[in-house]
Amino acid sequence: MKQIVVISGKGGTGKTSIVASFAACASGRAVIADCDVDAPDLHIILNPVVRERRDFFGIRKASIDKERCTECGACVEHCRFDAIKNFEVDPSACEGCGVCMLVCVSDAVKMVEHLSGHAYISDTRYGPLVHADLFPGEEASGKLVTMVREMARSLAESLKMDMVLIDGSPGTGCPVIASLSGADLALIVTEPTVSGVHDLDRILDVAEHFRIRAMVCINKYDINEETSENIELACNGRGVEMIGRIPFDTNVIDAMVRSVPVVELSTPAACSIKQIWSRLVTSL
Amino acid sequence: MIVSVASGKGGTGKTLVATSLTVSVENSQLLDCDVEEPNAFLFFPEMRLLDRRECSVTVPQIDEELCVHCGRCSDVCAFNALAVIPSRVVVFPELCHGCGGCLIACPEKAISEVPRRVGWISRARSGDHELVWGELEIGEARSTPLIRDVKRHAKGDTVIVDCPPGVSCSAVESVRDTDFCLLVAEPTPFGLPDLALALKMLERMSIPRGVLINKSGIGDREIYSYLEKRDVPVLMEIPMSREIAELYSRGVIFVERMRGWKERFVNLAERIRGMSG
Repeated sequence: MKQIVVISGKGGTGKTSIVASFAACASGRAVIADCDVDAPDLHIILNPVVRERRDFFGIRKASIDKERCTECGACVEHCRFDAIKNFEVDPSACEGCGVCMLVCVSDAVKMVEHLSGHAYISDTRYGPLVHADLFPGEEASGKLVTMVREMARSLAESLKMDMVLIDGSPGTGCPVIASLSGADLALIVTEPTVSGVHDLDRILDVAEHFRIRAMVCINKYDINEETSENIELACNGRGVEMIGRIPFDTNVIDAMVRSVPVVELSTPAACSIKQIWSRLVTSL
Repeated sequence: MIVSVASGKGGTGKTLVATSLTVSVENSQLLDCDVEEPNAFLFFPEMRLLDRRECSVTVPQIDEELCVHCGRCSDVCAFNALAVIPSRVVVFPELCHGCGGCLIACPEKAISEVPRRVGWISRARSGDHELVWGELEIGEARSTPLIRDVKRHAKGDTVIVDCPPGVSCSAVESVRDTDFCLLVAEPTPFGLPDLALALKMLERMSIPRGVLINKSGIGDREIYSYLEKRDVPVLMEIPMSREIAELYSRGVIFVERMRGWKERFVNLAERIRGMSG
């Protein structure tokens, strides 16, 4: 079983539209995993019917018992995250380290587990989808990504499917690392803008750091053909395979509005995505 | 006034808006808190770099001479960053949050703290604007210490904070304690649910907010009725335009080239000043 992750560094380059199309191409052979738990959008195209919901508990956070607290100030003094104000814990700042509990002489602090989101196993017209929602403002998105990936992997194994297709998140930090680690292949979607080029370089460094094989495709390549050429040269220089180019195509948004994968329409972007998919499958 | 520019979804145009606001408002300062992918400085090619320094967090160091391997440090560590084996203590610095719990717990005073670099902070000047940005080390998972460090540089009358996408730790840290949050959204089926999440995050944090719709004209009208129903003001719209996209692709701030936009951004800043908490 192979795990393919689609990431981008820069946000909004078209990861989700591409993964939805890949899901249609792989129909019935892949478990799809939406690991962009901060902004999960794959469900908009895939219309999942939820079969199973699991609770996600992020980090335990401190809670101060007003009755017991003597307001000695030890917790405030030792908290390095400025999470305690007026002897109340600001849950959005608390990192769950438990130092306040450690230094409290009145036994007034407890670490409390709380629900931070849900993970789901659903059916879609292209096969099973594992997805999640993280409550806005919660921490530990990386931990939720790991949960989604684990559910998708074991589902693929039990269904004897060839593949897990992962929609990743933008950036290079914890949720990206969680969606990348242990993948067989990372497809990086970039765009020919100064930001796209800068972010591509960084995300390729991340893939290299974790020793994940990476391939690159350029979306909306014709917005700036000169920059697209430069991206290809840079990829060649790094020994990274360029797997395809997708033209700027407003039908991609029409497909989104109609809740269908782009490849279901006959349009220039759809042709390119299908080509990329077949190259991807061959190279596995 | 500190204004954060954020969004749930990535790629909606945060950097486009943050840089446009910066060059439109005199003497404004731009803090790029999207430390995983800092891009704002790319739009100021003529800037002069003032300095670039390391951002470090502290991680424990064990003095094996003093350590008796009692295991207290690993018991209190909530992040599994310390493992005690019979002969020594193994530290996993990348898991450490730098809370200092192990120092407090160690009965032998065998733990001290040493710095570990997690990224870089650069400062530059471009005309009457100061730019400050963080750049997270490759392979580093936690961005919040670096974001906090970038935000410590805030100074002056108008500070603009370019935030990372999403609605979890790094976005929360970036918008925290800002006077107003301008959410940049695109009017598409992907844009709306992500905007809704971002609005919920701001509501939890009690930060005043408004929305700028970028690439207006594409997608559908759902976002407008959603915002109207919730009484969230739409403060500006930037139309979908190939010209803007092409300028952006070359690293040009479109308000510098297209007439009338700087004035609109000045007005936007004034309106935000009036709405700020």
